[in-house]
Amino acid sequence: MSGHSTFEPKHPALKWFESRLPLVGLIHSSFVAYPTPRNLNYWWTFGGILSLMLVVQILSGVVLVMHYTPHASMAFDSVEHIMRDVSYGWLLRYMHANGASMFFIAVYIHMFRGLYYGSYKAPREVLWILGCIIYLLMMATGFMGYVLPWGQMSFWGATVITNLFSAFPVVGPTIVEWLWGGFSVDNATLNRFFSLHYLLPFMIAGVVVLHVWALHVVGQNNPTGVEPKSEKDTVPFTPYATIKDGFGMVCFLIFFAWFLFYIPNYLGHADNYIPANPLVTPAHIVPEWYYLPFYAMLRSVPDKLGGVLTMFGAIIVLFFVPWLDTSKVRSARYRPLFKQFFWIWVAVCIGLGWLGSKPAEGGYVIAGRILTIWYFAHFLIILPLLGLFEKPKAVPASITEAVLGKSKGGAPASAGVSAPQTKG
Amino acid sequence: MRGKETIVAATETAGTTRRDFLYIATGAMGAVGAAAAVWPFISQLQPDASVLALSSTEVDLSQIQEGQIVTVKWRGKPVFVWNRTAADIEKAKATEISALIDPVARNANLPAEAPATDQNRAAEGEGREKWLVVIGICTHLGCVPIGHMGEFDGWFCPCHGSEYDSAGRVRRGPAPENLAVPPYSFVSDTKISIG
Ligand code: FES
Repeated sequence: MSGHSTFEPKHPALKWFESRLPLVGLIHSSFVAYPTPRNLNYWWTFGGILSLMLVVQILSGVVLVMHYTPHASMAFDSVEHIMRDVSYGWLLRYMHANGASMFFIAVYIHMFRGLYYGSYKAPREVLWILGCIIYLLMMATGFMGYVLPWGQMSFWGATVITNLFSAFPVVGPTIVEWLWGGFSVDNATLNRFFSLHYLLPFMIAGVVVLHVWALHVVGQNNPTGVEPKSEKDTVPFTPYATIKDGFGMVCFLIFFAWFLFYIPNYLGHADNYIPANPLVTPAHIVPEWYYLPFYAMLRSVPDKLGGVLTMFGAIIVLFFVPWLDTSKVRSARYRPLFKQFFWIWVAVCIGLGWLGSKPAEGGYVIAGRILTIWYFAHFLIILPLLGLFEKPKAVPASITEAVLGKSKGGAPASAGVSAPQTKG
Repeated sequence: MRGKETIVAATETAGTTRRDFLYIATGAMGAVGAAAAVWPFISQLQPDASVLALSSTEVDLSQIQEGQIVTVKWRGKPVFVWNRTAADIEKAKATEISALIDPVARNANLPAEAPATDQNRAAEGEGREKWLVVIGICTHLGCVPIGHMGEFDGWFCPCHGSEYDSAGRVRRGPAPENLAVPPYSFVSDTKISIG
């Protein structure tokens, strides 16, 4: 554990380069010597998994563009051409389409992790907000990508989502016309969405760099929520975190491969294999699964503008979580009440997702309203009040104490690395 | 020596204001220049000339039977042309304005504040009231409603369940407005031109 070294180039060529651009040193200090809390669990591997998925999406996307035609009359056929004619085209397309879902699964776990362990609290507010921005960019990218195959769901999804902006008074209809570049979703829309769908992932990559930078300034949170106090509380990133992240990635890739090879269309919608028809709306249009909770909120408000504001508000509120949560204690481990409310809130999100996939009628709408109110109440009422009324459990003095404190006698120093005693 | 000091003092007081002016003027020019450079990038988003050129469509009414709703494409959107039966018209006429969600006609051929009576929604002129021409886009989030469906004998939107009556007026939410009547005129007794 004495690996908190600094980088000293030995080779003369490397020395020459390093004194002109200290790139290797930067990589070394960020991903080799960087101290990570010794008690990180597997929920902390999703940052690495997300970076991997971003690379998968960009690589497969760049290759798909070599075979795709962004034109209203040819897009659908060119996607079928990729599926049938292009060598391994089916693999690349399924990888990209399912990769998007995997990306969202990972980001939701990553966000739930942050919320559970209070990773958004001071001094990590900017880190958290950058993450929220990445999430927003991902939503925009995913939405525009879904439009490109130009099937029925693409077309009508695009129509419904762009029409959201028509809810804004006065300027709404003009905004929508300018989004479309016409009077309906059409070729101009497809072209601009394609352009932006190609651009946004690189913007995501840029914000990811800021996100990682911010992370390396303030350091990682950890399951106890206690800041590392001494060198004993941390281990060097390599090999500890690299191996752990690597193992997480492999497990995640197996999960991804299962979707990719066995149920590649499970998360899609059959209607998207019908070419877009501007004159007929499919009987039941739903967005992709990762937007469903927000879609449910949109539909649970009977007023058009109100629905749109509620939906956007559900995301905006995340930006303010660092200030809405008034508790001094970070980790849910030491917050008995928060822990319960957290899981209720997770259930509410999943419930909203399920409701979003159901038709908007009768009991579904009423349930949607109740869950929408709970979603907002969690942030606007429960979080601020919990900080005032909850009596947290005793927080350990240090990470090392939390990890080793319970091992009776023995040799704590060596037991810490091997024994999984982090159940708290 | 004294002379030099006065000059320094003078440039300092006068100079500060002159500098300020120059900074502001430069900044303002820069802002105007940046805005001028940005404008083409924004402006290219709007509907282009080829899209605007496709702005009118003709419909032959003689082919539409009584009770039939025909969908035509105008500016990339569906337009419904409905040859309404006497019963449909009767029902639409019997509906009080106070019972409507949106009391305004939304008819591009009439003044903006015209009330949503059946007369203001249907085609103008003798014997033409059976024709109802509306843009087939749900005013909620833009799906295409399905004809002859729903409780009000007009349209039903499959997306979020809005319902329209036999004058294309919204009768059940979440859609906020009546189906829009596009600008159109009769070219002859059996032909209309939309747009
Ligand atoms: S689009 Fe018709 S009800 Fe929502």
